[in-house]
Amino acid sequence: MEDATRKSGDLWSGVALAALGLYIIIQAGQWEYLGPEGPGAGFFPLWYGVAILALSVLLVVSHLKRGSARGDATDWNKLGRALSTWLALAVSVALFKPLGFVISFALLTYCIVAVMYRRPLATAALTAVASAAGFYLVFDRALGVPLPVGVLGF
Amino acid sequence: MEILAGLFHGFAVALEPANLFWCFVGVLLGTVVGILPGLGPPATIAMLLPLTFNMNPAGAIIMLAGIYYGAKYGGSTTSILMNVPGESASVVTCLDGYQMAKKGRAGPALGIAAIASFVAGTVGVLGLMLVAPPIAKFALSFSSPEYFALMSLGLALVVLLAGRSIVKALLAALVGLWIASVGTDLFSSTSRFTFGQMELLSGIDFVVVAIGVFALAEVMVNMEAREETQLLPVPKGLKNLLPTMQDLKDCRFAFLNGSVIGFLVGALPGGGSTIASFLSYGLEKAVSPRREQFGTGVIEGVAAPEGANNSETGGALVPLLTLGIPGSGTTAILLAALVLWGFKPGPLFIPEHPALFWGLVASMYIGNVMLLILNLPLVPLFAQVLRMPVYVLYPLILGVSMVGVYSVSGSLFDLLLLLVFGLLGYLMRKLDYPSAPLILGLALGAGMERALRQSLMMSEGKLSILVARPISAVMLSFAVLVLLIPMFGKLNAWRLRALEQD
Repeated sequence: MEDATRKSGDLWSGVALAALGLYIIIQAGQWEYLGPEGPGAGFFPLWYGVAILALSVLLVVSHLKRGSARGDATDWNKLGRALSTWLALAVSVALFKPLGFVISFALLTYCIVAVMYRRPLATAALTAVASAAGFYLVFDRALGVPLPVGVLGF
Repeated sequence: MEILAGLFHGFAVALEPANLFWCFVGVLLGTVVGILPGLGPPATIAMLLPLTFNMNPAGAIIMLAGIYYGAKYGGSTTSILMNVPGESASVVTCLDGYQMAKKGRAGPALGIAAIASFVAGTVGVLGLMLVAPPIAKFALSFSSPEYFALMSLGLALVVLLAGRSIVKALLAALVGLWIASVGTDLFSSTSRFTFGQMELLSGIDFVVVAIGVFALAEVMVNMEAREETQLLPVPKGLKNLLPTMQDLKDCRFAFLNGSVIGFLVGALPGGGSTIASFLSYGLEKAVSPRREQFGTGVIEGVAAPEGANNSETGGALVPLLTLGIPGSGTTAILLAALVLWGFKPGPLFIPEHPALFWGLVASMYIGNVMLLILNLPLVPLFAQVLRMPVYVLYPLILGVSMVGVYSVSGSLFDLLLLLVFGLLGYLMRKLDYPSAPLILGLALGAGMERALRQSLMMSEGKLSILVARPISAVMLSFAVLVLLIPMFGKLNAWRLRALEQD
């Protein structure tokens, strides 16, 4: 990825990981460290929590020492396409309960083909229907793998 | 004698019609996956893993291994015809393979890739067969401290060779250990890091994380761009794919080099097929009388790396099956598969499950023959896979990922976790955090914690037990040394060079 994004990413990911390390240490502190029968539930997490905190602080500090990042700017188009795909997938998962897998997956496919790849609507509809039907026939019917079922019963 | 008896037993298992069928399915899928840029073996094995739960374990491991080594064969096709590696192990094949294709020698390039893969792949299996049983016997003397030290060393090596920044690779491994701790602690029944969610009490399923981090993240990265690459013409007919006698003569050393380097690098955790292929290419170039022509379409430049990345598979299975230590993301998934089917890879794996071990070894001999047949005359047919529109392929990968995760537990919560780990995998790639240490940390986390706690129970809380025993002391010292390598200028420069080529 673009250098500038990666470098500022070092800072933010370092901060996030430091927070995670701190959370692990606090949680581990509430569990037994060493008991009469040996190490408790908090023993191992405490050590890797400390390591996460120390390494993430090191990452942040080395970023700050390096100074401001120079390099290509972030390509927001690319990032947008990837995150849109994730969002489409998230919506599709959210629709599993009311609509079931088959319809939700058809909608996801339609969205990817028509919106993300800008193919003709007929192509998108055909791809969506064919792949959803294929999944239903192969997994549900042929292999007996259960698919999420919606209010319509499939 | 013991090895020969085992091998006969293995062939009896591998030649069962059902196992032959699964071997064929595995190598066929592997070839297709290897050809398709943007879909690698770890993602495919992770996606298909849940579907193997109802299969006979022998058939299932034969199929998954087939995908693993089959992808190495297929990866060269896109490197040669499109200058786009089908998977990372075939990156170096682009250098001379694509140049050969541009000069109208795509046929011999594809042919020598298949032949080198076959020769070195077979040597790799031979190495696995000869080396694994004695290593397993040696490891029988290991106890908890040695296991903890061994897992620490494996993780350290993967961290060393996983990414440019050792700090980021270490952080990824530690986050993997954290994810492995989520759920109920089996020693004390304490629930850890469950955020009040009942669904997390039994922990986070390995499959969910692996599919999210590999498959989902891969689709997201590939969806960033819309452009498609051009395919060079594929020669038709077996005659046009066969290298000449001179080509084969030129590749004699490349076959040997690829076989040996691939196996040795594979057996080293963290090495991986990409590094094996680059080392083998580098060695070939160094000893070749026409080294200045490398990069312009030299056939040894295709044979050496393609051989190495196939021989690596046999090497990588040695620590996995004899010590229970995976050396890469893909072998970590294979480890999870074995554990999920109820097996415990380690020193007792071969004596306790000879049918599975020897069946797998024998199936790899058979699989390599199948792959040679598939990849020589049928390359033009496989190349057609590249014409499949990506707008059809990516929704299919997303669909199989979701079905795979849902089939494990039937829980929509796991699908939400899949989304979380997909996003995490994508962000890790964007921010240059390697995913292999995370997956390895997750695969080894529970075992590491158990081994450490058992060691401390043995010593009544004294950490000195880890260094008081010679084998564990040596391995822990190596682990520390490995992590200190970035502090030494020359060694770090070598490490960074190896990674730049990755």
